[in-house]
Amino acid sequence: MSLFRRAGRRPAIVVSAILATLLLLAILARVVAPYGFDAIDLAHRRASPSTSHWFGTDELGRDLLTRVIFGARVSLAIGIVSAIMSAAIGVTIGAIAGYAGGWVDDALMRFTDAMLSIPRLPLLMIAAAVLEPGVPTLVVLVGVVGWMEMARVVRADVVSVKTSDFVAAARALGGAPRRILSDHVLPATFPAVSVAMTIAVGRGILLESALSFFGVGVQPPTASWGNMLYQAQTTMVTEPWLGIFPGAFIFLTVLCFNVLGDYFRPAR
Amino acid sequence: MRFLVRRLAQTIPLLLIVSVLVFVLIHATPGGPLTLYLENPNVRPEDIERLKRQLGLDRPLTVQYFSWLWAFIRGDWGFSYADGRPVMQRLVERMPATLELIGTSTILGVVVALVVGVVASVRRGFDRVTTIAVVAGISLPVFWFGLVLQLVFANALGWLPSSGRSTIGVSGFGDEVLHLVLPAIVLASAQAAGWSRYLRGSMHLALAMPFTTAARARGASESRVILRHALRYALLPFVTVVLLDASIMASGAVVTESVFAWPGVGGLFTESLAKRDYTVLMAFLMCGSVVVAVLNLVADVAIHVIDPRTREAA
Repeated sequence: MSLFRRAGRRPAIVVSAILATLLLLAILARVVAPYGFDAIDLAHRRASPSTSHWFGTDELGRDLLTRVIFGARVSLAIGIVSAIMSAAIGVTIGAIAGYAGGWVDDALMRFTDAMLSIPRLPLLMIAAAVLEPGVPTLVVLVGVVGWMEMARVVRADVVSVKTSDFVAAARALGGAPRRILSDHVLPATFPAVSVAMTIAVGRGILLESALSFFGVGVQPPTASWGNMLYQAQTTMVTEPWLGIFPGAFIFLTVLCFNVLGDYFRPAR
Repeated sequence: MRFLVRRLAQTIPLLLIVSVLVFVLIHATPGGPLTLYLENPNVRPEDIERLKRQLGLDRPLTVQYFSWLWAFIRGDWGFSYADGRPVMQRLVERMPATLELIGTSTILGVVVALVVGVVASVRRGFDRVTTIAVVAGISLPVFWFGLVLQLVFANALGWLPSSGRSTIGVSGFGDEVLHLVLPAIVLASAQAAGWSRYLRGSMHLALAMPFTTAARARGASESRVILRHALRYALLPFVTVVLLDASIMASGAVVTESVFAWPGVGGLFTESLAKRDYTVLMAFLMCGSVVVAVLNLVADVAIHVIDPRTREAA
């Protein structure tokens, strides 16, 4: 079912290069950004894109390209760390449910269904409004609502693998259940988990940006792509660049993660 | 019938779990449900104590949970902090606008997904083009897409109104349709992308099945094989996926309605969020989850009724 199989490896290489560049820019933000993160230049407020300010400037004359690069730090960090968290929770729940079976499986999967039937974004928006989180809490929130797909995928794989001969052999040799699970069963779920994780990074970035867009996510003065859009939405008509560039970066990054996730998808 | 009963019996605990989560969330607010009063300097501490007793907030949490749940089931959803009106009334009056938007975008999304999914499964060139569009559609941040469309079609070109449901002082069907165009496209885009990708997959499966080969062998025309045989087979999982995506649709509606100032339930949600109007927020979340759970139930029952194979497995 892969979308790009016919196109070969090229799209995956291209998006990996883009993501590596973004990551590098984010890590080296202090070195590569053309201006200081909060360097205010009141003489050049609301300047449209030019050779000195590629992406223009905001209402305080801060360079938008610089802020987009620093925003990449926050947005990418939230996306990646929350995906790792989702994977940790999802793999644990999915593995226990799949391996234990019976009522444990039923209970855990019903809980997963319940979590899936709560509209994710409104739930997060309320939680964020209640907790008024900093970046670390935001990572936890985004991670906590993203594990359900992972749990389902892992459970399905564990159920199909646990009846295979090598697992029976490990059990016959007297392996402890925990060891069988970690050494024999879980490695088989790796391909599915890596796909789900790559896609979860994109989803995490989208969720963070949506929360920040509604003013309950990352709070200024910290810049994230989402809160830059939040601040830009009222002046979208007069200074469209303030909204277009951060949004375009969200779009590009999520697109790259989705293409990459699709490339990892095992052929069926 | 036995299936329906068993499936219903699974939905109820699911909704109970949801209700516990929602309840815990209200009580996780730093001041509890009385936050708004705590921040008001005109409300004295002894008034807070009295309110707590009056509202039963001094009772054990489990007691509070069950009385809240029972009230919710009876339709007593409390009063909005913002304007003191019953929460249910506020939600109900916003329903028509939301149903109009979600209905239109679901139809739009399904039609686009059907055309794209079917054609992409049989035409390679078209498949390549739509593949790019599909991944782009899935990756689009909804709110940004909305803002950009507003910028292009409302502000730059002036073809369409940028927000609202109708122009003040202008009435008429045409005006309302024009207002619906942009939000419906935004809300439908991501859904149509995912759905068409899914349909394309099941069409590929269907076209590889022996029954399509058999139909071809009998001399059925290619369009008949695709539309009457393969599509019919692929349609069932497709309908399920559309119903199962109700939860994503609800999230999308919140964002879209806010960007386009659409006067629906999603817009009410973001307004209430800004005012920390928790009674409205909780009712929204409960109702949203109930609707999603019911649609999931409908999807399962529909498959069970239409597809005899699932009955044997059950």
